[in-house]
Amino acid sequence: MIVNKSAIEMSQLLKDGEISSVDLTKAHLERIDEVDGQVKAFLHVDREGALAQAQLVDTKRKSGEKLSPLAGVPLALKDVMTQRGIPTTCGSKMLEGWRPPYDSTVVTRLRSSDVVILGKTNCDEFAMGSSTENSAYFPTRNPWDLNRIPGGSGGGSSASLAAYEAPLAIGTDTGGSIRQPAAVTGTVGVKPTYGGVSRYGLVAFSSSLDQAGPCARTVLDAAYLHEAIAGYDPLDSTSINAPVPPIVAAAKDGNVKGMKIGVIKELQGDGYQPGVLKLFNQSLEELANLGAEIVEVSCKYFDYALAAYYLIAPSECSSNLARFDAMRYGLRIGEGSAESVMNSTRAAGFGKEVKRRIILGTYALSSGYYDAYYGSAQKVRTLISQDFKAAFEKADVLVSPTAPTTAFKIGEKSNDPIAMYLNDIATIPTNLAGVCGMSLPSGLAEEDGLPAGFQIMAGAMKDDRLYKVGAALENALVNKWGGGILEQAPRLGAK
Amino acid sequence: MISREDVANLAKLARIDMSDDELDHLASELSVILDAVARVQEVANSDVPPTSHPIPMTNVFRIDENRPSLSPEDALSGAPASEGQRFKVPQILGEE
Amino acid sequence: MGLTYETLLTKYEPVLGLEVHVELGTKSKMFCGCSTVFGAEPNTQTCPVCLGLPGSLPVVNEKAIEYTIAIGLALNCTIAPYSRFARKNYFYPDMPKNFQTSQYDEPICSNGFLDISIETDAGVKDFRIEIERVHMEEDTGKSLHMGGATGRIHGADYSLLDYNRAGIPLVEIVTKPIVGTGKYAPEVARAYVAELRDILRALGVSDVKMEQGSLRCDANVSLRPIGESKFGTRSETKNVNSLRSVERAVRSEMLRHGSLLDEGKRVIQETRHFHENTGETTAGRSKEQAEDYRYFPEPDLAPVTPSKDFIEKIRSSLPEKPSTRRKRLQENWQVPDKEMAAMINADVLDLVAATVELGADPTRARGWWLGEIARLANEREVSAGELPITPKDVSEIVMLIDSGELTDKLARQVVEGVINGEGRPKEIIANRGIKVVSDDSALLSAIEKAISAQPDIAEKVRGGHIPAAGALIGAVMKETKGQADAAKVRELLLRHLGQS
Repeated sequence: MIVNKSAIEMSQLLKDGEISSVDLTKAHLERIDEVDGQVKAFLHVDREGALAQAQLVDTKRKSGEKLSPLAGVPLALKDVMTQRGIPTTCGSKMLEGWRPPYDSTVVTRLRSSDVVILGKTNCDEFAMGSSTENSAYFPTRNPWDLNRIPGGSGGGSSASLAAYEAPLAIGTDTGGSIRQPAAVTGTVGVKPTYGGVSRYGLVAFSSSLDQAGPCARTVLDAAYLHEAIAGYDPLDSTSINAPVPPIVAAAKDGNVKGMKIGVIKELQGDGYQPGVLKLFNQSLEELANLGAEIVEVSCKYFDYALAAYYLIAPSECSSNLARFDAMRYGLRIGEGSAESVMNSTRAAGFGKEVKRRIILGTYALSSGYYDAYYGSAQKVRTLISQDFKAAFEKADVLVSPTAPTTAFKIGEKSNDPIAMYLNDIATIPTNLAGVCGMSLPSGLAEEDGLPAGFQIMAGAMKDDRLYKVGAALENALVNKWGGGILEQAPRLGAK
Repeated sequence: MISREDVANLAKLARIDMSDDELDHLASELSVILDAVARVQEVANSDVPPTSHPIPMTNVFRIDENRPSLSPEDALSGAPASEGQRFKVPQILGEE
Repeated sequence: MGLTYETLLTKYEPVLGLEVHVELGTKSKMFCGCSTVFGAEPNTQTCPVCLGLPGSLPVVNEKAIEYTIAIGLALNCTIAPYSRFARKNYFYPDMPKNFQTSQYDEPICSNGFLDISIETDAGVKDFRIEIERVHMEEDTGKSLHMGGATGRIHGADYSLLDYNRAGIPLVEIVTKPIVGTGKYAPEVARAYVAELRDILRALGVSDVKMEQGSLRCDANVSLRPIGESKFGTRSETKNVNSLRSVERAVRSEMLRHGSLLDEGKRVIQETRHFHENTGETTAGRSKEQAEDYRYFPEPDLAPVTPSKDFIEKIRSSLPEKPSTRRKRLQENWQVPDKEMAAMINADVLDLVAATVELGADPTRARGWWLGEIARLANEREVSAGELPITPKDVSEIVMLIDSGELTDKLARQVVEGVINGEGRPKEIIANRGIKVVSDDSALLSAIEKAISAQPDIAEKVRGGHIPAAGALIGAVMKETKGQADAAKVRELLLRHLGQS
């Protein structure tokens, strides 16, 4: 089926005239119709807009215009990215029906690349969560087992890939929200270097941690998408003013001979599912067989990363979400004074997890507690950055399992916040230090036959290294399995 | 330990109405979370500088020139209520 | 309220804290490219950034940094080699993000001073006002409170919000506690704001119009018993919209605090609202519980680290200090301190200087602005600068007097005409038919008429009693409807009577 192909394969077919963008888009819309009732990856499908964009691309192609590599290829967009005139809810009732009057820079760049945006995908409310169960609308389901979570916060994007509803997706990653869903759905997800991709139009959760990034079924597809959206944006003061690293070239190169791969001691052992660890070690072997040198590194302050994250992120979010006050846009509920309407709207519009984090953040920043909590967390951040710096002197990339477990059942951890937070234990250090990280499938865990992820991390602006190592590992594993991991997933839909 | 009264004060600061039940639940949940995250104090010595920006950058500016504004229609497009091209909001009690 | 100002000063001494907010005259807003032009249709100068739409991000206006550093240098501040923006978190409908991007513990300028002078009973006295900090922040939107009787927030049914002014660059200048002013606290406060305003105007960083809100002053006042070292409880007074109001507000608060303390009552730490019409303040928001703003460094903005070169470049392009300029003018014009102070107090110094620049004699220019024009301004309860008469008008009038086309007396009529809005000097002269009678023969006939009407007085003058000529001169002036040059009349008259 056409929808099973990779984005680059689809791009080639488009270039060769074997299929039109309109037909390709229609095929995906049909697929969405077929399976999304079960998967529930999408909050909004923009049929009209997608087909119009596809038509435009076909016209451009016919006229002989030179097009970008991803022109005409469909994509799913996480619903925290603004898209002009299209409902952008951030998975919250607070923004139900809100149509932004402006495009995020990521969307602007996708348009310039003539990518076809199919619709907005489901996520944990305001990107807060690890299972997409916190979406105010409905939980998304893991195509591998519809009773299990697809990861979070960007479960919708990863699930749409795994269900073949789109070959490309955009996610955002604050503590692992691209990488952990990728791991539990058997797909690829990358958190670029902080500042590598513009945050203009990315509804802020934790400003110093958020990054938008590419999601796909293959490393090469992710590479093309990464290059399409990355780069300096004058509208974002935290955007890095430097050339985008040679990502596609690195993905095509995939030669790890002589590279040093650092295994982080603290990111394995207790709390990690044995099957997940086994797959991790097997992947290390593959890399060793390809000529890489495996070394062990210790990042002792990583043990404090989760604690620091759950002080910094809620603090920043308590401030970022203050703007939702019923005055200028979004939900307005209640009677009486402005103050009273603010209070009742925020009570009705925010879900439990969001409220929990807002209150926690308000506390951590408050007078008398700032130094002990937020202030201390910012210091731990420095220590973690120093750990990374020291580790990167010993190795070219660092690795770990992406998440401690495979996909758990829907409802299993939703009453235990700390248990939920532990899903991010391996991904969080990357965000705190601002460095980049990728998750790609390492295989199916023997306990449950569910996918696990292999995480690669590289230093700031060394994103190309992720793709080099990722491509090498992917190639080795695909050869071993005789095909991509998703081919082993249960069949969804009628066909 | 965070008391229910603490949570009530925080909810007020954060402008979120909460029922007594909610306050109780949150107080116990947050107490557990705070216990867990307080460990940052174990290693946060005075000689460690805090990080507020992961990738160090300074002096990021823009030139003082005009860029197009939104049309008033766009600006007001999300407004729950408006009047005379202005956002209409309920009676404000606090002093400016 | 039986306590008089004089009595108050025998028991208490005031401590002042002045916070001045300046709207910078940049083309675009602090964090976005929206226009800053005043008076546009509501919500036509907004964008995702200044509206605080979800996903928007700020980018700092370079010119605002330059202007702020210029202000800091002009106020003798240390320019921080490293400074950051911080979020000040609180909820209010005129603040789109419900936090203000401002500066907290790392302001861009700090520890400066401003020297001012005021007129006291013992002559001109100098004061050095110490500046705590100068920092940058953004302005809020503007609310219209609807449905109530006064248009003010109390009693309003709802409010209408315009975010055109949200995000306008603001600089906040905060003094250290000002002590030792005694009875002159109101004058010192006024002089400080006036001097600050002149500096800002000279720097060209703002149009500093208090009436329009581009220069705002909040006055903090407290009293302590004379000799006490601890500060008393202070009140903060807002809505102080003119220099005169600064003076009145400080004085009013001193009296209010004094009365409370005398009655053994407590001064409440609160924000007060100044009322132009009564000259007094009323209570606003109580600040007993200081609001917890939960400041933290703004993660969306990079720190500002101006290089020494950058700062020196700004320093070398600073214009002449107003105080230096004043000294220069005083020397050029050879004017005593008291008269300089009078000009500054009447706010006419720049007007006089401009008039001199157009060619008028300094003494004459001063005479007009400090004399007739100041008098007419007082009558109308406005400042001289607010009258429709310009330095150009005054320089023209002086020149017309010099050329003999106007006498001093006639010139006063012209000045009055300009101020009444009848037009420019030449137009008024034409419309009112003002003309100096300088034709000797015409004058002589009037002189002869006067002499024949009062022969005994004429005889006195012939006899050497010159002062008696005054009556005859008066008669001639009356005869010529005031259009004769009195000096000329006197000359001709005396000659005619053999006395010159």
